[in-house]
This record gives sequence, C-alpha cells and structure tokens, in this order.
Amino acid sequence: MISLQQLTKVYGADGGGDHALSNVSLDIPNGDVFGIIGISGAGKSTLVRCINLLERPTSGKVVVDGIDVTGLTGSDLRSYRRRVAMIFQGFGLLAQKTALENVCFPFLAGTGRVTEENRRRARALLDEVGLADKASSYPAQLSGGQKQRVAIARALACEPEYILCDEATSALDPASTASVLSLLKKINRETGVTLVVITHSMSVVRDICKDVAVLVRGTVVEAGTVDEVFAHPQHETTKALLGQVSWDE
Amino acid sequence: MSKVMGNLFATFGPLLGQGLLDTLAMLFFSTTIAYLLGLVIGVILYVTAPESLRPHRAVNAVLGWVVNMTRSIPFIILLVSVMPVTKALVGTTIGVRGVIFPLVLSAAPFVARMIEQSLNEVPRDAIEAAEACGASLPRIVLSALLPEAMPSIVRGVSITLISVLGYTAIAGAVGAGGLGDIAIRYGYYRYEDQAMIATIVLLVVVVQVIQSSCDLIAKHIDHR
Repeated sequence: MISLQQLTKVYGADGGGDHALSNVSLDIPNGDVFGIIGISGAGKSTLVRCINLLERPTSGKVVVDGIDVTGLTGSDLRSYRRRVAMIFQGFGLLAQKTALENVCFPFLAGTGRVTEENRRRARALLDEVGLADKASSYPAQLSGGQKQRVAIARALACEPEYILCDEATSALDPASTASVLSLLKKINRETGVTLVVITHSMSVVRDICKDVAVLVRGTVVEAGTVDEVFAHPQHETTKALLGQVSWDE
Repeated sequence: MSKVMGNLFATFGPLLGQGLLDTLAMLFFSTTIAYLLGLVIGVILYVTAPESLRPHRAVNAVLGWVVNMTRSIPFIILLVSVMPVTKALVGTTIGVRGVIFPLVLSAAPFVARMIEQSLNEVPRDAIEAAEACGASLPRIVLSALLPEAMPSIVRGVSITLISVLGYTAIAGAVGAGGLGDIAIRYGYYRYEDQAMIATIVLLVVVVQVIQSSCDLIAKHIDHR
C-alpha cells in the first residue's frame, strides 16, 4: 500500500513560493486502480512525481508497505524506483534506441547489462502489448499509441508493484486512448499491479479506476470509490469535471 | 591553365603537402584532446545546472565562469600569453607540437558549451524516464543522455573542427607551420599570389570534407 501522509510541496528556494501540494493524505491499496483527477495546475503531476521521488516533498511522508521511503537516496532509492514504474504523457522513450532496447532499459539500469534472458522477457512483453513485430522499430517510426505501449512494456520489465501513469493517454487520439486503457486494465487484472492514474479526464477515471481522489489547488477535496464520487459529487470542481455545472458559473 | 597548375605544383607542391599535413595534425590532435576534456566539462555543466540531474550551484557557476573566461580571450592573445606554460609543458612554442596546448586550451571550453547545448536538446521526459527506471547518474549519462545527444554532438564536431582550423591558421602566424603559415609567408610577405590561392583552395576543400562527412555520419546515426 502506498500511503501519502500530509504531503506538502512548495516551490521556491526559501519555501516562500507557491504551494503545489498542501497536506495531501491518501491511501492507495495494493491491486487498486486509483485515479487522481484535477484540472491543469492542480498539482497532480507533482503528487505522482513525489511518489517515486522524482520530486522531493517539502514535508510529509511517502510510506510504501509500512516503510517510509521519503528520504531514500543512492542505491536504495534506485531499487525503490524499480518497484514503482512510471509512464508519461510524452512517452519518455529514448529516440535513438529501438523499441526492444527501450524495453530492456530498466534491466540495464538495474544491473548494468542486458542478458539474453532479459531480451526474451522484453520480446514477450512487446508481444503482450501487441507490438511483437515492432521490436526493431525506432520510436519515430511508431504512432503515439504504439509508443505508449512500448512505454508500458518498459514499465512492466522489472515486474513493478506499482505503475504511475502521468496523463498517459492525454496525448493520444480516442482509439489509442481506448486501447491503452484496456491494456492497463488487463495488466492490473492479470498481474495485480497497482495503478495510480493521473488524469484530467473523467472518462478515463470512469473507464478504469476503482477509487478516485479529486485534487484542487494542491488539496484533496474529495476521495472515495468511483461509484460513490460519481453518484454523489460533493465539491464544485468534481461536479464541473462531471459536466453537471459549467465552468463559467 | 594546366601549365599554370603544373608550375604551381612544381614550385609549391611539396611545401603545400607538408603544410596540409601539419594543419591536419594540429587539427586532429588538438580537437581530440579538446573533446576528451570538453565532454567531461560539458556533462558536468549539464548535470549541475539548476533543475537538472544533480543541481549544484557552486560547481556550475565556477565551471561556467572558467569556461566563459577562457572563451572571452581572443585566440591570438591566448596563444602568446600562455607561451611560457607551453614551453614548460612540451619544450617548444613553435611547430605542431608547440601549438597543440594553446589550441586545446581554446577549443576545450568551446567544445564544453557545444556538448552542453547538445545535451540540453535531449527531451527532458526521456531522461526523467531513465531516472524513473532506477538508473544511476553515470548510467543515465552513458546509456541515455550521450547516445540521445550523439547526432547533435557529431554536428557540433564539424563546427568545432572548422573553428579550430581557423585557429591553426592564426597559429601559423607565430611559427606553428601549416597552411596558415604558408599563406602568410609566401602569399602575404612575398606576394606569391599562387601560393595564397592554393592554400585557400586547400582550406576550402578541407572544410567541405569536414562538413560533408560529419553531416553524413550524423544523418546515419540519427533515428529520430
């Protein structure tokens, strides 16, 4: 379980800057598909980047399976990051490496080399995401949806316990979005990996999430199961995101 | 025309051949050493920049300042001002050997900035993804950052080589030899126009070869 405890992130050297996150506390149970939704600038990306410590929270704790990981550094941090994979809005693929080499990168990151066994697993993963025939293609030769599938295969390489999806489908067309979401859902169902889904789209939450938290200006204003929150939205922003009120009001 | 060319080769052929070899030797050795140093400095400048992989204000500022300092001294002044150091290091301040040190000193900071710029062109999210995979800093630099930047770095090599070629001609004026020396001694002091024209033609050819081959290599290795 990922447990965020009073997470606060303030930008600016002296701590006098903007609060990107204020006292965010959330519990993300294992095996869950947990949505974090909010409009642009709500702090969603900062929140998810605090989970794998690409950003350090100013205060508060990230506790994973009862262990405080907030202060991890060096090799402890790196092995923690291999348990928590991430996929990005912009895919984050290495343009000068083939799809296969990209999927193998986590092995290289972990052990400093890529074995034949690693390559076999990478090929199996590419097969799983429907890109068996694209192993030797470079990212520039792939469509957006295909690139994100490569990124998903890369995320799965080290058998992570958690996958953080930062606006993973925001740059995709509706058809690719649907196929990437169903792939994520299938992976969650089959491997039990926990998904943390950052999005500004209610339809993404509706499609794949079990739980959801609504983030407004760095604060969680509402959280619960998707069914509850969708049926009885409390906060104005939630209602607006659900299309029940217009933004102009 | 062919008679003129024939005369030219008979008179200046061996001289120009040796000059070209000297120029290429200066170019090759100084640029190679400059890249070994510049690569390291450029990578340090990149990773210690604010918001980068290992932000470090002091290291970044001091290194940046040293680079700017060296780059702000015109090459001809740098060349003569470091002559005592050159003499102490290699025992001479003339010939190919005597000019390598000032050329490296001048080119390395230039290379560092070229490398830094090439690294800055690598999309941030690709590097962040490598970081999120649990890669260590050396791993990110060696397996993600530099390979991703390589086509741009190779394009930078042509710019560096052509700049250093210009410096070798300046060095020729104070005893380094090479094509610049020939152009000045024969073309300028002795009014031998043919020698002047021949060196210019040779330099143009060298620049063309550098530019075309670097472009070709960059295109070949770039998969974007």
